Amino acid sequence: MRTLKLLWQITIPSLRRLPEAVPSGMRRDPAPTLWSYRYQRLMLTPAYRRLVRIGLPSAVAVLMLGGWFAAPGNRAWLLAEIEAVKNAIQERPEFMVHDIEVIGADRALSVAIHGIADFDFPLSSFDIDLAALRDRVTELSAVRRAEVSVAPGGVLRVVVDQRKPVAVWRYSDGLRLIDAEGVMTGMIASRSDRADLPLIAGDGARDAIDEALALFATAEPIKDRVRGLVRMGERRWDMVLDGDLRILLPAEGAVQALQRVLALHEAQDLLDRDVAVVDMRLGQRPTLRLNQPALNVLRNAAASAGYAAPAAPIEEEQ
Amino acid sequence: MPPLHQAQRAMRALRRAALQRGVIAILDLGSSKIACLVLRFDASPGAVGEESDVGPMAGQAQFRVIGASVTRSRGIRLGEVDSMQETERAIRTAVQAAQKAANVRVDHVIACFSGGRPESHALFGEADVEGPVVTGADIGRVLAACDMPDLGPSREVLHAHPVHFALDHRTGVSDPRGQAGQRLSTDVHLLTVDAAAIETILLCLKRCDLECAGLASAAYVSGIAALVEDEQELGAACIDMGGGSTGLSIFIRKHMIYADSVRLGGDHVTADISMGLQVPHATAERLKTLHGGVVATGMDDRELIPIGGDSGDWERDRRMVSRTDLIGIMRPRVEEILEEVRARLDFAGFDQLPSQSIVLTGGGSQIPGLDGLASRILGRRVRMGRPLRVQGLPQAATGGAFSAAVGLTLLAANPKDEWWDFEAPPERYPARSLRRAVRWFRDNW
Repeated sequence: MRTLKLLWQITIPSLRRLPEAVPSGMRRDPAPTLWSYRYQRLMLTPAYRRLVRIGLPSAVAVLMLGGWFAAPGNRAWLLAEIEAVKNAIQERPEFMVHDIEVIGADRALSVAIHGIADFDFPLSSFDIDLAALRDRVTELSAVRRAEVSVAPGGVLRVVVDQRKPVAVWRYSDGLRLIDAEGVMTGMIASRSDRADLPLIAGDGARDAIDEALALFATAEPIKDRVRGLVRMGERRWDMVLDGDLRILLPAEGAVQALQRVLALHEAQDLLDRDVAVVDMRLGQRPTLRLNQPALNVLRNAAASAGYAAPAAPIEEEQ
Repeated sequence: MPPLHQAQRAMRALRRAALQRGVIAILDLGSSKIACLVLRFDASPGAVGEESDVGPMAGQAQFRVIGASVTRSRGIRLGEVDSMQETERAIRTAVQAAQKAANVRVDHVIACFSGGRPESHALFGEADVEGPVVTGADIGRVLAACDMPDLGPSREVLHAHPVHFALDHRTGVSDPRGQAGQRLSTDVHLLTVDAAAIETILLCLKRCDLECAGLASAAYVSGIAALVEDEQELGAACIDMGGGSTGLSIFIRKHMIYADSVRLGGDHVTADISMGLQVPHATAERLKTLHGGVVATGMDDRELIPIGGDSGDWERDRRMVSRTDLIGIMRPRVEEILEEVRARLDFAGFDQLPSQSIVLTGGGSQIPGLDGLASRILGRRVRMGRPLRVQGLPQAATGGAFSAAVGLTLLAANPKDEWWDFEAPPERYPARSLRRAVRWFRDNW
């Protein structure tokens, strides 16, 4: 026991650091040790200094982050945390959309747009892909242009520039509605659904819709009698009137040709006569084809008058 | 040529490299303090450009002191390394503090020291000029033609300045390069020191991981700093009263023509006080700097100084000493130093110079009343010299004690042409001996 006590008394004070005994009047020698001198010189070397002050901390940070991310649980937790924060922000009432509003569409189109944008409201505006919605609305054939926005007050506003049908196109699969640009805007079951629109038919009729509209406009005086326009050989138009009367129009200058026909009609009631075809394809030589009875009458009259008959009366077809 | 010649040339190359890097350290290895200045050299001259009439003063605008430190010298006695370990520690202290102040690492060091028993030699050389005009190679040949005196055992050349040239009959040519003439002669001032002192200092610097880019004599560089241009031109002596030794250098026509050192200094004064008053060395130093003097007046009899003997017996040992006693101790030693200096000046023929101004500088010159005593002993009017002002030097380092350090910065900025800066003429022995060998072969076979 005494030995232990002695050891204690000897060792402990020597472990304690005593202040250096410096004689008064003499300053403590501030000389650095060789290694501290070398260390300071090393730290003053620019490259090394940069390495220690920037390189080392960043390396440690990268290592620690890498180690943390190496565990899949940590990654999942971080992703979940990020998702939660994102949701918390996105689900704020300021960002919620409650309703959809369609502007500029008729009822049918409006229903179609509602069918496309059938979100279950309320919904965060971050979850609505406006560009995709706009593309899908624009894909509708009746829509020329669409603007989709989230209006203040949580309303999804779809502003639609609807195509206006100007003609009915009888095609092999049915009756199509065509707008002024030749784009199909929809289909109708029967002609009487849109009796107000003129009828066109034939292959390539859609591509020449401008000319067709001009022709319909020209044919305004005989509007009641016009049945429609038929595109012939994707080249020219035939105007069909009631009573199967056809006006064959040339490929070039169809409107002028029709105006000539209308002028003839005004002067001589051409179209009220028993004519089957008015052929305007050759401008210098408009040609009429009469119906069979008229032709026969004409021939008989010519024969009785003693004229040289242009041809023998043709037997009426049975 | 001695091997130090090669070493000096290598140092010159190192110095050039350091100047290109832009940072160099100045180390004044004194017996009482070690000063370290870190210089930054700028590639462009300072704001005082060529446009104004006042040009940059002798190239001093090129550099700036960015770090300075002073530490108590250890291990250096009489200007020579006494204990290498202690000297290393002192150098490390100074360099580390200066580096820290400058926040830049310094690798190249120019050092000056005062010890090593400097000795001056005057050399004369003569040679024919080879081309129409004098070139550097001609100067090299003239210098090589100098008759080398017996330097004594283990002496090394520290400085070798071509002081002036004579071309044909024209004497006093400071730089003959590019001038026409036939016969070129030169006077060279050679300063030699103990080889061991240089080697030890080089070794100390090497062990501090520093590269020595030049060595200079403290007497020479303090002369550069403390003498104004007229004094250097017309002839003056600079007495650098250091701690361990007193250096003296004589300048004329801006060249040092003589340097010597008296191995007595301020430390001896301190030792006298310490012995005379029975006080520790540190206390004696404090008494000397605070109350010292060399001219006693009646007032000084009444001024009693507590000497604080610090003998451990504070109750009884409360001695007082009058300032007259202190002066009485200091004055004989100072007189002895100055008389020794006077003997050296007489030996060097200082009284033959056209102008004989004397400048006292160094830490020891700050004793009050020293100028009167010095002019009485040296026989001429004496001026107290302070070093030239250089840019960035801290106020604390502008006193006379820093003449050597400041002079070394000036020397680093404007190095003087030394012997080893001129290429020695190539020896033609190899070609001749080869021809002789060929002839011998032809004759015998």
